[in-house]
Amino acid sequence: MSETEIKPITMNFGPQHPAAHGVLRLVFEMDGEVIKRADPHIGLLHRGTEKLIENKTYLQALPYFDRLDYVSPMNQEHAWALSVERLLNIQVPRRGQYIRVLFCELGRILNHILNLTAFALDVGAMTPLLWGFEEREILLSFYERASGARFHAAYFRPGGVHQDIPEELLEDIMKWLNEFPSFINDLETLLTANRIFKQRTVDVGVVSKEDALNLGFSGPPLRASGHVWDLRKEQPYDVYPEMNFDIPVGKTGDCYARYLVRVEEMRQSCRIIEQCIKEIPKGKVLSNDAKMVPPSRKDMKGSMEALIQHFKLYTEGVHVPPAETYTAVEAPKGEFGVFLVSDGSNKPYRAKLRAPGFQFLAATEHMCKGHMLADAVAVIGSMDLVFGEIDR
Amino acid sequence: MENSPNEETSNFCSIIKNIIGKDVIDSKIDFEQFQVTVPAKQIYEVLTSLHSNSSFCFDQLIDITAIDFPDLSPRFEIVYLLLSTSTNKRLIVKIKVDEGELVRSCENIYKSANWSEREIWDMFGIFFSGHPDLRRLLTDYGFEGHPLRKDFPLTGRVQVKYDVDQNRVVYEPVKLIQEYRDFDFLSPWETSFGEIEKNEDSESDQS
Repeated sequence: MSETEIKPITMNFGPQHPAAHGVLRLVFEMDGEVIKRADPHIGLLHRGTEKLIENKTYLQALPYFDRLDYVSPMNQEHAWALSVERLLNIQVPRRGQYIRVLFCELGRILNHILNLTAFALDVGAMTPLLWGFEEREILLSFYERASGARFHAAYFRPGGVHQDIPEELLEDIMKWLNEFPSFINDLETLLTANRIFKQRTVDVGVVSKEDALNLGFSGPPLRASGHVWDLRKEQPYDVYPEMNFDIPVGKTGDCYARYLVRVEEMRQSCRIIEQCIKEIPKGKVLSNDAKMVPPSRKDMKGSMEALIQHFKLYTEGVHVPPAETYTAVEAPKGEFGVFLVSDGSNKPYRAKLRAPGFQFLAATEHMCKGHMLADAVAVIGSMDLVFGEIDR
Repeated sequence: MENSPNEETSNFCSIIKNIIGKDVIDSKIDFEQFQVTVPAKQIYEVLTSLHSNSSFCFDQLIDITAIDFPDLSPRFEIVYLLLSTSTNKRLIVKIKVDEGELVRSCENIYKSANWSEREIWDMFGIFFSGHPDLRRLLTDYGFEGHPLRKDFPLTGRVQVKYDVDQNRVVYEPVKLIQEYRDFDFLSPWETSFGEIEKNEDSESDQS
């Protein structure tokens, strides 16, 4: 039989493909059904957030963080609030810290529900997505009751959170928390031992521990590769040091391990939420440091000084002394960091946002090389990509 | 958070200075974070020694970013954010480069530098030598200019729209319907006080 040489073909994937999770455009070089090269083209959702932040005051910059990773908005705000607090040396009241941690963990569950179920849809299971959105809707209503908005909350402020939560909210979260583990169990009966799901994910897109570190991975993909690393434990912020929870770690570093790590993280988040609700103290939610925090509505009715203070804070903003800091939080997707440079004026001189998904997508070629085309979809699904934060 | 370094931080600083050796130009501790400035030409060697050091292995390059100071020379600061997961330490390494100066790519040492360096090339126009694939990353195909430079306008230079007559997307120069509102907040009272004093001086001179 004579050998025929197959010329590699270039294939375009996205940006309007349902499995591209937004606006990813991938250019593959294929040898038959096998991927030889994968070149992601990003930037279709680039809005110049960093440039915009340079032209806004520190408070006006905050809502942009909801629009980065719009699947778990409050976790992003947390990084900004922490970094501004660090520059201004503001202490957050205990109750404010508890509320932040509580809503960060709700955000983590919110994120993992969408990721896991959309991932399942990518590899052929439709039911989880439909079930997952029901739970997400409940969680978003909690967001709404605290902040007034389902997604773009702008709830975490430098100095605490904007307003205290309604009294019944904690009870309702507790009620939901009692039922939620059964949802995780149902989700697992659909997927964890599912033959088709395992055939599509086990041994696909394997990343070794060394590669994961070298490629700049963080969050669940790094832990799935077997590296114990979670900023909530290693470099804790707010009341995380007092929380009891475990860090799930995978062994194989494939798509299936990333799935398992996220499922277990949801259970651990439930533990943290439960502790928050049980231990949350009474008191203020926002620091009373007049440097950054506006006076109360009640004060403004009677005091001219309070009115002026409020006006100055919301027009001019706060002048931050010149300094530089890098502050990172463990967002659901991985390490989300803000490198903030202030120059003494009311606007940041430079703010670099470090998005975890950026490095995951950069590693697409590393993970897809030698796999079939259909496996690329599984790899992309398991990386938890949201283009709001990658393109910024 | 205290700004004065504790014993652990100062120990860490001296270890880092030992690893980098004579290349340290400047170092400081800001908010418990240690920063070193090294010569731009030596960045590859410095990162190699930080990556391969057995006692303090900085196994992750979290990100690379740049800061633009248009009035200074050298104009840009490039910031390398390093993390050691084994010892749980962060380190910021800085270099200063001028416009048009080449920086050696550290993609060989840290794979994660690949896209970070592409982003800096795209956003600041700093060229990395030895990078395998230095294309623009976030901006449009055929984009001109480097958006995060301070002299690049916030509104950009071109706008796109779908042209019904030509049946395609067309690019045209930015037209703002309303002028961009940029308020000067740099202490209006202080400035006016200064001006009043000046005016008074000039008036007294005249009289």
